[in-house]
Amino acid sequence: MSRQISNTHKIVVPIILILVLALLAAAPLFAPRYTIILMISIFMYVIITVSWTMFSGPTGYVSLASAAFFGAGVYTSALFGLKLPLPVIVPLGGLAGFVLALLVGALTLRLKGAYFVMFTFGLVELLLNFLLWWEINITGTTGRVVPPVSNSAVYYTMLGIFVAVVGSSYLINRSRYGLAMRCIGEYEEAAAHTGINVALYKIITFALSAFFMGAAGAIMATRWTYIDPHIAFNPLISFLPVLMAIFGGIGHLVGPIIGATIFTYLEEVLITKFPYYYMLIFGIIMLLAITYLPEGVVGLFQNLYKRLTGEKNGAA
Amino acid sequence: MFVTILDIIISGLLLGGIYALIAVGLSLQYGVARVLNIAHGEFIMLGAFLTYTLFTGFKINPLISLVITGPAIFVVGFFLYRTLFARLRAVAPTVDAFEGNSMLACFGLLFIIQNVAILIWGAGIKGYSFWAEPVSLAGAKFAANRLITLFVALGICVAFYFFLSHTRLGKAIRASAQDPSTAGLMGVNINHVLALCFGLGSLMAGLGGTLISISYQIQPTMGLEYTVIALIVIVLGGLGSIPGSFIGGLVLGLVGSIVTYIDPGLSLVAYYVIFMLLLLAKPTGILGKS
Amino acid sequence: MVLLEGEKVTKFFGGLAAVTRVDFSVEPGEVIGLIGPNGAGKTTLFNLISATFPPTSGIIRLKGQKTSHLKPHQLCRRGVSRTFQNVKVFANVSALENVVLGAYFGTSGQVASGQAYDEASGLLDFVGLSDVKDTPAKDLTLSSQKRLEVARALATKPDLLLLDEIMVGLTPVEVSGAMDLIRSIRDRGVTVVMIEHIMKAIMNLCGRIIVLHHGVKIAEGTPKEIASSETVMKVYLGDRAHAVY
Repeated sequence: MSRQISNTHKIVVPIILILVLALLAAAPLFAPRYTIILMISIFMYVIITVSWTMFSGPTGYVSLASAAFFGAGVYTSALFGLKLPLPVIVPLGGLAGFVLALLVGALTLRLKGAYFVMFTFGLVELLLNFLLWWEINITGTTGRVVPPVSNSAVYYTMLGIFVAVVGSSYLINRSRYGLAMRCIGEYEEAAAHTGINVALYKIITFALSAFFMGAAGAIMATRWTYIDPHIAFNPLISFLPVLMAIFGGIGHLVGPIIGATIFTYLEEVLITKFPYYYMLIFGIIMLLAITYLPEGVVGLFQNLYKRLTGEKNGAA
Repeated sequence: MFVTILDIIISGLLLGGIYALIAVGLSLQYGVARVLNIAHGEFIMLGAFLTYTLFTGFKINPLISLVITGPAIFVVGFFLYRTLFARLRAVAPTVDAFEGNSMLACFGLLFIIQNVAILIWGAGIKGYSFWAEPVSLAGAKFAANRLITLFVALGICVAFYFFLSHTRLGKAIRASAQDPSTAGLMGVNINHVLALCFGLGSLMAGLGGTLISISYQIQPTMGLEYTVIALIVIVLGGLGSIPGSFIGGLVLGLVGSIVTYIDPGLSLVAYYVIFMLLLLAKPTGILGKS
Repeated sequence: MVLLEGEKVTKFFGGLAAVTRVDFSVEPGEVIGLIGPNGAGKTTLFNLISATFPPTSGIIRLKGQKTSHLKPHQLCRRGVSRTFQNVKVFANVSALENVVLGAYFGTSGQVASGQAYDEASGLLDFVGLSDVKDTPAKDLTLSSQKRLEVARALATKPDLLLLDEIMVGLTPVEVSGAMDLIRSIRDRGVTVVMIEHIMKAIMNLCGRIIVLHHGVKIAEGTPKEIASSETVMKVYLGDRAHAVY
């Protein structure tokens, strides 16, 4: 009986995914402009949250630097947006995030997790400070302009990055590298003695996750058109993916996606009327999630499902 | 020339005194209670704004309000530990898990406290003037309020040192920092001591905020930068070492003063360079064990 | 050719000398016992041999080449594998996946997943865990977890296997089973160095025994020589005579 279910599973799930993807791809043709803009925001947070989970999920090293990598991409757009075409800017933004994460990782991932948290926490503030100083004293600019791009172009770029990051996450999880990352998260020493180059794997995975964040930043910059360091480096973008991943559930690929979708929608709804209340509420939800939802919403439903089917079949 | 050097040194001590105070507070919270309180700066901000309200609304002298803001913020910290962190500690499978979860909880607190402050006081910059008249010291001019700040900050740290070394409670804290389980066996009420430590850490943050508000302008978003500085100081001094945080604070303050003399906008960058050098060469800091 | 040798190996932690000027040499095919009271430096010596950290001074050579500059994963690929005193199996992953990790990463060169899973299955059979292949490691008994660690270590195809107190907490029946397992490992051509407190196992399995006390090697010889050594009896066996059964 269960064999049949898993076979239908193998056919049905890919079909559903293809249909969803086709729907998403066709959306700019029929959906209202407001929905497309909302989708862009959802894509942005899903990308950042799934990227964050790609590294911090299995290893347990909590990165508070997402805003720094995203901002690196935004700033790349600001620096080169007038000189280079979009298809070059987006990967370049990703590269900026990648290189920054390589440096941060090489510096901090050899040490205890606490140092990593502390360093990544201050990184956004540092970059903000430094670039403000740079812009005032060296280049003499007060903000830069990024040429705007059509909504469709932004939408499709974000859709592309979304597919890339979710696809990569899925493939990595299923592969030997995903297994290695999870084991690194449990016992680094044992993983090293089993032949895994722990430092290299941590740094590369961290840098890869930053690549997607940077790429997303590069394209999102075109929506804001005016960029100064305060706009590029926003601490909220370090906080929200952590909240979304924890609330959604880190253990399953779907968790961060669900968490990101829910909170992006909430933010859209609340931001105009209650700008400070909604951040307050998110903070409270964070506390509640940490205390009462250790496996996130997805984990909660999985446990409920197990309990229900367990009861139906009589025994575990 | 001599006047310039004196100016830099005293400015460095002014800054360093505050850094030392807030870093000792964070060291109590992380070193003893094992909570990496990344919302530390928000408690500093609360202290600053409470003082501001007491001064502008009720004409209470900021130095006097130290005895109001300190205990008030102590109560907030103590209460938070007894409710939130004690519960997290109880359900966490390992100390590492507790450290991770409590840090994330502080992340949530950061946004809660900051936005509550914005809702109460608005998002703009505030300030007040108190004893701002210049005073002459060996030829250099300093605002009277800054000199008072320096002495008060150092005074609080010295008082705390005597508290740690000469009172029963202080000894209990030092024992809990070294070895919580043995301290528990020796009759120390660990849960009580840890909550007290967290509260004391918040108290120091609050007092630091009061002193900061005397000399500088304040804003609800001011906390983040102070948290980052406090984190760098406790790494510089050695994680878990309270005297290390004190020395580290003074050292960083001096560095800041020198860098500000060269170029005002680069002090945080300079602190971070020191942070990076530490991580490369000696992560255990000045007084940390190798 | 000597498989493993150490010359005047020393390790300081701050001011504390954990291991002081220890010499040793291990020939291929041997089963060597490493004994001594708690705190004698045995696990530290294992950590030094397996490159967890480098020695403060002294030289360690594997197959004639120095190892102090190597990282643990590099040494693993050169043929050194170990188990841990506090069992470190990957709890949330199945027994099979624990072992397959070693098959994937423990050797130089790429291993296809089909081959890796076959090897892992074979090793689980070898250690007697074939019926719990898909069980998460955290749900296994302590004795099974220790066997799983051995299987994982063997998956990296070591020339030298370091066993750190794998018999602690086992019943006498389980101890006999573990002894048989070690004999099978030796018969497969793997050289074994084992830290153990259970004298029955040490005396019966080991061709040679090294005795550490306060980080210093105080005796070395065959089981007979060690059992009759006055030095050793005073320091160690004297207290543990009741454990020789």
